[in-house]
Amino acid sequence: MGMTMSEKILAKASGQANVKAGDIVWVKVDIAMMHDLLGPWLVDGGFRRLGGKLFDKEKVVVVSDHCTPPATVQQADILKFTRDWSRNQELPYYYEFEGPCHQVIVEHGHVRPGRLILGTDSHTCMAGGLGAFATGIGSTEMIGVLLTGETWLKVPETIKVVWDGQLPHGVYAKDIVLKTIKDIGHAGATYQTIEFSGSAISDLSMDERLVLSNMAVEAGAKTGLIEPDQKVVDYLRSKGVTEEIDMISSDEDAIYSRVLYYNASELEPQVACPHEVDNVHAVSSVEGKAVDQVYLGSCTNGRISDLRIAAQILKGKKISKNIRCLVVPASQHVWMQANKEGILDILTEAGCIVNMPSCGACGGFTSGVIGAGEVVMSSSNRNFRGRMGSPKGEVYLGSPAAVAATAIEGKITDPRKYLPKEVMVNVIHH
Amino acid sequence: MSFIIRGRVWKYGDNINTDIISPGQYMSLPVEKQAVHAMEAIDPSFSEKVQPGDILVAGNNFGSGSSRETAQMVLKYHQIGAIVANSFARIFYRNSINVGLPVVEMADTSVITEGDEVEINLLEGKIINHTKGTEHKGTKLPEHLIEMVKLGGLEPYLAKKLGIS
Repeated sequence: MGMTMSEKILAKASGQANVKAGDIVWVKVDIAMMHDLLGPWLVDGGFRRLGGKLFDKEKVVVVSDHCTPPATVQQADILKFTRDWSRNQELPYYYEFEGPCHQVIVEHGHVRPGRLILGTDSHTCMAGGLGAFATGIGSTEMIGVLLTGETWLKVPETIKVVWDGQLPHGVYAKDIVLKTIKDIGHAGATYQTIEFSGSAISDLSMDERLVLSNMAVEAGAKTGLIEPDQKVVDYLRSKGVTEEIDMISSDEDAIYSRVLYYNASELEPQVACPHEVDNVHAVSSVEGKAVDQVYLGSCTNGRISDLRIAAQILKGKKISKNIRCLVVPASQHVWMQANKEGILDILTEAGCIVNMPSCGACGGFTSGVIGAGEVVMSSSNRNFRGRMGSPKGEVYLGSPAAVAATAIEGKITDPRKYLPKEVMVNVIHH
Repeated sequence: MSFIIRGRVWKYGDNINTDIISPGQYMSLPVEKQAVHAMEAIDPSFSEKVQPGDILVAGNNFGSGSSRETAQMVLKYHQIGAIVANSFARIFYRNSINVGLPVVEMADTSVITEGDEVEINLLEGKIINHTKGTEHKGTKLPEHLIEMVKLGGLEPYLAKKLGIS
């Protein structure tokens, strides 16, 4: 019987030739990732009570991103604790002020196909875009991982989601994942893996694949996986990874709990409406909804390709006087690239404000939270009540293009209206 | 952690996510200050009315969203006895067991009303409603987790495994 990617990775991590969905396995972890807000300051007590010795410091990565830059003294204290802890443990991989952890660990080559990655954040599943089995765990569970390098996992079943065909003009990975979450439902993939495949997925850039895996958890999934290909190899080589890459794939006769088929060419721009990520509608049905803030960024959709699309839409235009538009590049690396390409100039000339890369207002932590009655159109991943600040606020989610078009009009707008003709040609003949 | 829990019910609906239980903007505060804001987006008086030993009963997908264990921290601060739901989000379920917060799945929680006095047997997967005089089936604790729960969560379990007293 064939195995899925998830079964193969968990078989390897548990030292077995074969495992199947439903098995409980003890696995060895390749990367244990923590961020500041759910990391050292929460695990330190238990970690020290149990001996305080890391299983392998080369496999522990800490990223300070939620409290950066600190907006309160409490956040500054957490940040300091995280930094001091990482120094005291002599961690070779500690990053701060570089951007959200999920993007930072990809850019620094920690994420590789076939690896098992556990992190103290639910969007750890983003690493699945490169073919790693990656999932979120709590801080207490992380204590055990830090001490022993192991934990137990239930081998998940897999839902296969096939997107074939070519995405139309103005439609992106974000629209694919929103439509998928709508159909599966916000809890429909609980305890399962979502595996994205099909020609529309292979056509996506690395940047865009990460959007799909990032948001798998919004359907309840344990992880979101995409089979690695030459694009992944080229990306890792560009990041200095020289070791052999595990080109893991699901067997032809692997067993799936469910298979969904889509024709990408029929997809329209999508928007997730308050207060659940599966409350998804075609942009045409929510067009005209007035917003107070536009948020272009996050680990979901703040990469260079996202900023390029926004710049194409906003070039030579002005954002609505009724709103503010916050741009939050997904990393310092993305920020520098955008600067080099003149994108930051285009966006600021249009009236946007460029914030430093961090988790920022996406999770209601720093730099741009909303007040009661305010409405946000955001390219991030979650629109729960109170997610970006006041529980009396509203969050809509869409693609970077939809977000940029909304910034111009001050109300939710179909991005196709503002995409220049030459972009249309590029998209069709890419 | 005891395998039998008895308490009074507070009733909630579907998708009680971790941003509702533990809003992001308060997560850097000490737990006693965070706990004041627990559930406030949907139930502003939660932290005032809830009493030690009370049981939360909810619909589908309880604890969805973030992996933040501050959700368990604030509920434990309020000494919530247990949570019964139609279903739980995966990370929340796992975290709850790891920190010794009892969680039980039950096919249809709509038969339980706010204010009911219920008793939960974690080992047998049994839920007795003393107010209504009814008995319901819940999910049993998975076998490989019984010892962990018996010891009070992952930390004491690890202490035993690693030979630390």
